[in-house]
Amino acid sequence: MRALPSHTVFDRGSGDPAMTLLHTAFDALLLLSMIVLAWQGVHARNMFRAVVSFMMFGLLTAVAWVRLEAPDIALAEAALGAGLTGALLLATLGRLEGDVSIERASRRAVRIPLPWAALGLVGATSLLAVALALPAPGLGGRVQEAMPAAGIDAPVTAVLLNFRSWDTLLEIAVMLLAVIALWSLGRDVLASPSRLPAPALPALVRLLFPLFILSTFYLLWRGGYGPGGAFPAGALLAAGLVLALLAGARVPKRVTGAPLRWALAAGLLAFLVVALAVMAESGVFFAYPEDYAPLLIAVVEIAAGLSIGVMLTALFLGGEPVSGDPVGGDPVGGDR
Amino acid sequence: MTDAIALFLILLGLLFFFSGTVGLLRFPDAFTRLHALSKADTLALGLVCAGLALQADDGLLRAKLLLIWLLVLISGATCSSLIARAALAHGIRPWQR
Amino acid sequence: MTAFYLGSAVFLLANVAIALLRVLRGPTAADRMLSGELMGTTAVALLLLLYGATGVEALLDVALVFALLAAMAVITFVRRTWPEDPAADSEKEDP
Repeated sequence: MRALPSHTVFDRGSGDPAMTLLHTAFDALLLLSMIVLAWQGVHARNMFRAVVSFMMFGLLTAVAWVRLEAPDIALAEAALGAGLTGALLLATLGRLEGDVSIERASRRAVRIPLPWAALGLVGATSLLAVALALPAPGLGGRVQEAMPAAGIDAPVTAVLLNFRSWDTLLEIAVMLLAVIALWSLGRDVLASPSRLPAPALPALVRLLFPLFILSTFYLLWRGGYGPGGAFPAGALLAAGLVLALLAGARVPKRVTGAPLRWALAAGLLAFLVVALAVMAESGVFFAYPEDYAPLLIAVVEIAAGLSIGVMLTALFLGGEPVSGDPVGGDPVGGDR
Repeated sequence: MTDAIALFLILLGLLFFFSGTVGLLRFPDAFTRLHALSKADTLALGLVCAGLALQADDGLLRAKLLLIWLLVLISGATCSSLIARAALAHGIRPWQR
Repeated sequence: MTAFYLGSAVFLLANVAIALLRVLRGPTAADRMLSGELMGTTAVALLLLLYGATGVEALLDVALVFALLAAMAVITFVRRTWPEDPAADSEKEDP
């Protein structure tokens, strides 16, 4: 239970045969379950079964990242995989024609000719052997060297928002483009709520919503010191907003116009403004002056986190919210 | 002593996880399976959290463990009710001997 | 204690692997959703035990995120995927 330095997360090669056996058993079970779920996710004849398998695959992927000693990615996978991705897929299933929980019998089984299967197996095995023989790749050493100039303590956040901020900027731009593309397809589809009485649901969401907001800011703050940061924080914010929408809350009329658009664009705008502003000082796009680096990174991180949350919620809405909607004043309003 | 109690609590929690899994596989319909599942949400996770809290160094970690358990507890209860209502609305009749 | 935590984690993972049978068998969407719920709870316990084995506090945050999102899938499922249709009783159990 004592806090260990992060590089001794799982003791490898300690020589204790019992521990090695436990690790091997853990990995084998994890891989086996993941392969079954991945196969189901792609090949199940029943679409609902495929979606549930995919969501479970996300849960196990987070565990796999933990096993690979990457808690940062585990956190992002947990927030996105267990929350938004599943909700998006389930909501999509609801919009498809017919009952998706019924087996479709018409699909033919995929037959792979035996020679190709054998060749594939040999190829995959040799690739694996080569991969295991190669020296472990990685830029960890170079990141550690550059950390003193990063202006922040957490290596992953430093990579995302300082060393490789150009990549992160483009990622956020791609998300914004996705929202714009979706909006061009039509208006939101929340107008078809279920008639099932669910008295516990609004109560649960009223309880959870503040916790979602609190955790969003907790993860944003944590991002400065360890695993956390804009992406998991944004995913949690979006999950909270989506839950509120599912419990019957409406997008308030006063935010559907300009405020929503500004919130969607805030992350990208803050990123660009900071990048250009430091250019005036250092002459290089995104070269933070060391004195201001912590402040600038914090500004970008908070703006990006909030924007990511709003963008993911907008994706769940499935279209542009029209301001003529009936408006509930309470953001976590009652069950209609 | 603390270690022994923690060990016992976690083992008991694992037993309830196991019974939840067995129930999910063996019980005849969605409603009875719901009954098996709720033991995992409440007792099993609670016992595991309690065992870990006994081992934790400081109060903040204990509070986090308690929060995790409470969250799963509340979500589990609500979800059970939602799934049962949805199943009933879909014409799934509770199993009878 | 590390070996005990790790052994417990292996046991829970084996539970998860067995519970996958319910996803494969169904028969109704509710049953599949239930196995998803059990898996979510088991994953939380799994992460807590891995925290016990390794002492990495970030794992508690991952477990906390899982716990917060525990209800997400079921609520979307009930509200969006499985809209009730009183006329339809095609969901009868079939072997």
